[in-house]
Amino acid sequence: MTSQVPDLWPPSAQEVVFLLLGVVALGSALLVVTTRQLVHAALWLVVCFGALAGGYLVLTAEFVAWVQVLIYVGAIVVLLLFGIMLTRAPIGRSAGLDSGNRVTAATVAVGTAAVLVTVVVQGFATAYTPLEPGGGAAATLGASIFRSWVLPFEALSVLLLAALIGAIVLSRTDIRPANPAADAGGPAAPTTPPHPPDPAPPPADGSGATAGETGSGRVSRDGG
Amino acid sequence: MELYVPILVLAVLAAGFAAFSVSIAPFTGPKRWNRAKLDAYECGIEPTPQPVGGGRFPLKYMITAMLFIVFDIEIIFLYPWAVAFDSLGLFGLVEMVLFIVTVLVAYAYVWRRRGLDWD
Amino acid sequence: MNPTTGPTLVDFGHDPLWLSIIKAVFIFVVLMLGVLFGVWFERKLISRMQHRYGPNRAGKFGLLQSVADGLKMGLKEDIMPRTVDKVVYLLAPVIIAVPAFLAFSVMPFGPMVSIFGVETPLQLTDLPVAVLLVLAMASIGVYGIVLAGWGSRSPYAILGGLRSSAQVVSYEIAMGLSFVAVFLAAGTLSTSEIVAKQAGGGTWDVFGLEIPQPSWYAISLLPSFLIYAITMLGETNRVPFDLPEGEGELVGGFHTEYSSSLKFAMFMLAEYVNVFTVSGVAITLFLGGWRAPWPISIWEGANTGWWPMLWFFIKLVLVFAFFVWVRASLPRVRYDQLMAFGWKVLIPLNLAWILLYATLKALRVPESNKAFILTLGAIIVVGGLAIWFRFDTLLQRRREAKAAQIEEEFEQLREEPEAGGFPVPPLDLPHYHGVLPAGQASTAVKEVTSGSN
Repeated sequence: MTSQVPDLWPPSAQEVVFLLLGVVALGSALLVVTTRQLVHAALWLVVCFGALAGGYLVLTAEFVAWVQVLIYVGAIVVLLLFGIMLTRAPIGRSAGLDSGNRVTAATVAVGTAAVLVTVVVQGFATAYTPLEPGGGAAATLGASIFRSWVLPFEALSVLLLAALIGAIVLSRTDIRPANPAADAGGPAAPTTPPHPPDPAPPPADGSGATAGETGSGRVSRDGG
Repeated sequence: MELYVPILVLAVLAAGFAAFSVSIAPFTGPKRWNRAKLDAYECGIEPTPQPVGGGRFPLKYMITAMLFIVFDIEIIFLYPWAVAFDSLGLFGLVEMVLFIVTVLVAYAYVWRRRGLDWD
Repeated sequence: MNPTTGPTLVDFGHDPLWLSIIKAVFIFVVLMLGVLFGVWFERKLISRMQHRYGPNRAGKFGLLQSVADGLKMGLKEDIMPRTVDKVVYLLAPVIIAVPAFLAFSVMPFGPMVSIFGVETPLQLTDLPVAVLLVLAMASIGVYGIVLAGWGSRSPYAILGGLRSSAQVVSYEIAMGLSFVAVFLAAGTLSTSEIVAKQAGGGTWDVFGLEIPQPSWYAISLLPSFLIYAITMLGETNRVPFDLPEGEGELVGGFHTEYSSSLKFAMFMLAEYVNVFTVSGVAITLFLGGWRAPWPISIWEGANTGWWPMLWFFIKLVLVFAFFVWVRASLPRVRYDQLMAFGWKVLIPLNLAWILLYATLKALRVPESNKAFILTLGAIIVVGGLAIWFRFDTLLQRRREAKAAQIEEEFEQLREEPEAGGFPVPPLDLPHYHGVLPAGQASTAVKEVTSGSN
């Protein structure tokens, strides 16, 4: 970081490309929230992430740029797409994509953006750093993560642990509410047993998940 | 940045070729309209407008994608670690062992909860 | 450039634009021709393995068979089913094809040569994070599969797309992990430098003949290489992991609705280009890259000029022949076996091997605390084994429970053959046990025990 002010005009090619990428990112982000087709929204999100990766590239953060592609484009949006495909994603436009909180959401978004922009401008308005090719390569990054930022790195492993366990707990079907009747809003019929004690040996005819889902559905119907 | 110019050139070539092939396809072949031909293929029965099972796929796919994200992140950290290993030495090894062991705890939990089983 | 080890990162980024265009066009044309003749080669080779002739009508040795097939594809009717999501349906073939080509941009084919007076490496470009680019392209290719499946709006396609993408991402993890040991050994992610690191090892003196020790990572990092060789089959959806094309259950998988025409050709193209890409990565990372192996490398000029391109090509043909060989030999695995193998075997093995290799590497640092490292290693090994045994007993118990359950069902079926509502034939008719019916008891006709009858 230096505080020496570089020449801002005329803009260099890098600055122009960076600005253009920013416009692409912003535009595609807007399309994500305005398009009425779910899968197209996910695809616009890919464009947005791609533009961000391009931005990192221009800033010579090569490793981060490819990680952006690999993790966000290659993994997270794929997860989103799986989620869309697993539900009844209708083809074409779907109504009811807007929640009733548009005003609140817009306010929160604008507020967050305002806070971020203010902080960045206040904090780094006079700080400049030269762009050196190769500064964001794996070796430099590795040395800095595993020497200076050890604690965040180790904390991340705990975060990953929590994420995985959360995913499993959410998708487990053998954990049910202690009192299914409370969910269904009525007293449980005393004659129907809530559910088999523990489906340890899975039914031979289908996956554990399917059997569990139908099971819980039946239970709540009986309860109501 | 100069390193990326050739990639861009190849990308333009490949994308141009693929887009050309896909867009030329309707014009190179004959056109013999037939209603059944334009139905989605379902072994000759009337196609259902919704995906199989009314859109209820096994949750397993979601869990696989989650696992994929977590392990992808782990790989992403392994790469700079591997490259910088010579300068990190023993300290780096201990760090990575701690990291991998923590993630493996989650992995073991998933395994125990049959998250890795497809049946 | 170092004449003995070939180009490194500093040699890149100096090409004028026209040279980049020439190289890019060259790679593109080679890959297209590679697909055309790769298909022919595969069909021909697998035919010979199965005592058939294979294509032998179009052109000499049937060489033009793929050209004829490609032309035929272009002249077929282009069907776009009514129900598809048009944008996604048309986008998918493009998305699957482009990244397949892009991954080849960091593949090193040879050392520095002079093209029209410009000194340049025989490689389109190289990045400090080149291998990451290959992985990123593989993960973008998944979109082609998911979108083709979803956009088609057909149950087979959507199920095939889901399955196939889940398979590809699973094997991508194992693949990414198998690279880590290479990076540990080479200390870089750049493909040209990884090739340079595999340039030389020590030498053995055998009867006055100097045989260089193999410096390929395939040998020094054998576990990584074996795991990579398996994952490259899974990543490209090839036999024995070609589940997406399980015709019996999924028709054509994610490309069911791309029934004919050039759109299907894109999927075909992408599949073969992907095979070439993973083969190229195998060569670059594990098989010494473009460098000639030992007996050839005695000749001084083997690793200079344009020759290395020939070595690379020969290696590529051999790796591709390996794909064909596997296809001719192995049956398709079941989906649960596929996923279990990827997640429960390849990934833990890979992680254990990485830690083991890193420990060995740390031991080699002279001033390191050997006792501490050994203790750490012992704890890891014991802990890993303990967890594995625990799982093993747990799984064994589950397996026994399942077997008992199946046995129970069989018992029930034996008691009443019509259990379950389906008329089943009696399970132990005499001829099941090799007993011939009374009329055929004579040995006039010899029984054919195998083969066709």
